[in-house]
Amino acid sequence: MTRKHWENRPISAKEFMRELRRLEKGSVSRRHFLAVTGLATATATLAGGMPWLKPRRAFAAGLSGTVNLTTWPNYHSQQNLDDFAAKTGVKVNMSVFGSNEEMLAKLQAGSTGWDVFVPTNYTISTYQQLGLIEPLELAKLPNYDAAAQDKRFTAEGTINGTVYAVPKDWGTTGYVINTKKVTQNPTSWKDFWELAQGPLSGRVMVHDYQLTTIGNALKQFGYSFNSNDEKELGDAEKLLIAVKPHLFGINSDYQPSMRNGDAWMSVCWTGDATQLHRDLPEMQYVIGREGGEIWTDYYAVPKGAPNREAAYALIDYLLTPDINAKEVKAHGYPSTDQRANALLPKETLENPILYPAKELLSNLEFGAAQTLTNPLRAEIMARFKAA
Amino acid sequence: MSRQRSLATAAGTVAGPHEGARAGGRSPLITALLISPAALFFIFLLILPLAVVVIYSFGERAPAGGYAPAFTFANYLNLPARGKAFLNTLTLAPLATLITAIVAYPMAYFLALKAPARWRLLLLALCIVPFWTSQLLRYYAWMMILGSRGIPSWLAAIGIEDLRIINTPSAVLIGAVYGFLPLMVPPIYVSLEKLDRRLIEAAADLGATPLSSFMQITLPMSLPGVATGSMLVFILLMGDYILPQFLGGGKVFFIGNALVDLFLQSRNWPFGAAVSVALVAIMFATIVVYMRFVLGLSGQRRVALV
Repeated sequence: MTRKHWENRPISAKEFMRELRRLEKGSVSRRHFLAVTGLATATATLAGGMPWLKPRRAFAAGLSGTVNLTTWPNYHSQQNLDDFAAKTGVKVNMSVFGSNEEMLAKLQAGSTGWDVFVPTNYTISTYQQLGLIEPLELAKLPNYDAAAQDKRFTAEGTINGTVYAVPKDWGTTGYVINTKKVTQNPTSWKDFWELAQGPLSGRVMVHDYQLTTIGNALKQFGYSFNSNDEKELGDAEKLLIAVKPHLFGINSDYQPSMRNGDAWMSVCWTGDATQLHRDLPEMQYVIGREGGEIWTDYYAVPKGAPNREAAYALIDYLLTPDINAKEVKAHGYPSTDQRANALLPKETLENPILYPAKELLSNLEFGAAQTLTNPLRAEIMARFKAA
Repeated sequence: MSRQRSLATAAGTVAGPHEGARAGGRSPLITALLISPAALFFIFLLILPLAVVVIYSFGERAPAGGYAPAFTFANYLNLPARGKAFLNTLTLAPLATLITAIVAYPMAYFLALKAPARWRLLLLALCIVPFWTSQLLRYYAWMMILGSRGIPSWLAAIGIEDLRIINTPSAVLIGAVYGFLPLMVPPIYVSLEKLDRRLIEAAADLGATPLSSFMQITLPMSLPGVATGSMLVFILLMGDYILPQFLGGGKVFFIGNALVDLFLQSRNWPFGAAVSVALVAIMFATIVVYMRFVLGLSGQRRVALV
């Protein structure tokens, strides 16, 4: 179709009224009227801004109602969720949680009404054992491609060959340092704990979370992050109790203290490091040379999800590479999907906080289910906090 | 006129059948109806949940956390594992209550006896103004005030260097006094305001110094108010976990924090339930002993809370 020369020219008010009269009298067609006045273009432009007016995609057929997404704070692009609602007619109802333990408690209590939720790697086997999640029907996730994922990530969501959860994004647990105050250039967990008891006394924070605090204390001795050995845990406890009087705080909400200069070094997750570094370039992220934790969050569908079809549609939508790339821009954690990574800007991919050097990653361990639920670890953490 | 009369007639008609019962009080049915909201409230929201807590405290932790039915005393025998938390709470909560009372008493005294009568209500209302802002916001503000860029930096300017306040028991004490002062002032105010001033005048006429008349009349007669305020503050502090979490930075470990960890982190519900039962028992015992002591001092046996 060739464009008429007047299609791009604004119409004067007088001409507009003349055309309207002609339309009313029936001397021109409606199509002519819309074209000549520019209303056709305007409508098309407006419709572009209102995607729900567009024809729906095939997979959207038969979807309705709302889909309940249970996830973590600041973990999705609101634009993506709105677009999903526009495409499918299914409204996304999002609720956020503070810990995996709370999610588990809620699902165990039953009748959550959740359709999709975002568990972390070490909880998936527990959910599966308790019969709280269903095996995923991968046929309903055409945009998920296991081949584009690192086996390390997919393995944690797969139990005995059955896929229960598909990876969303991943991160590490290292520590953040304020390089204006910390000039010792620490590179290991040994450095971390030694500085905490020495020159940085009173300036260091650890998580209020046994998994990472005890796990990284174990790394000082070269033990596994997941050790459940009594003797090894005993060593970690001794170290923690010795460090305790030197700590500034035991708190998983360490950003305020790092930002206002009270704390100079803290155990830290990828996303917090990204945010701190973005605002304050002196904040640097260190992954301990001995290793530590690597983790992955997943999409999973609880058994008895009320809007199961919409749940699959939402997961599939969010895993579409271009949508997933927008998710990464919003939440600041690296995606597990190479196709999504390929769409990210160079500076994101070169950011060592998000994408650390391969040799640092190889020492990291995934937290294990037993590490999280071990009663001895809980007791050690309580003794450490009460000491 | 006519409207009033018709109302009176209507009331008379309704009251009619119960006329006889009126002499000996209300009919049992009406009494039951009147107390039923409170009774249902206590049964469903206090007694039943407490029963659940007691039952859980004899159970076992399910392998993935939570509660598994059992009958064991293991949770109670394990209580010393949280001994430090009990000790911390039982040291800091009474100390904070005491400091709050010491700070609140002169305030209440001024309001009740010294402030001009027409300012009294306004000044009393101002004590409650902090409650208009969310508790969390106020504690976040205190984190900044007590942090190294707050009060310590001012003190550094006058030569007191390297003072650490935030994340210490002192910070928790400051937060407690700030947070609970508005609960302590009104009961003391009320008991001072009721004070019969002729007693003080009589004491002065009989040659008592202001100090001795305060020690022998004003203070003993206002002790019920101090007791009420202290109980309010003490009970809330014993169960608090936000204050030690925020201003203690996780380093000041209260029973409330131990409970949060037990229910939300290690998910050992039965042990958490046992700790809760122990906390309730300790609070109950403390309150009984304290009230007997204070009321014995004031020469009164009974006092209405608030």
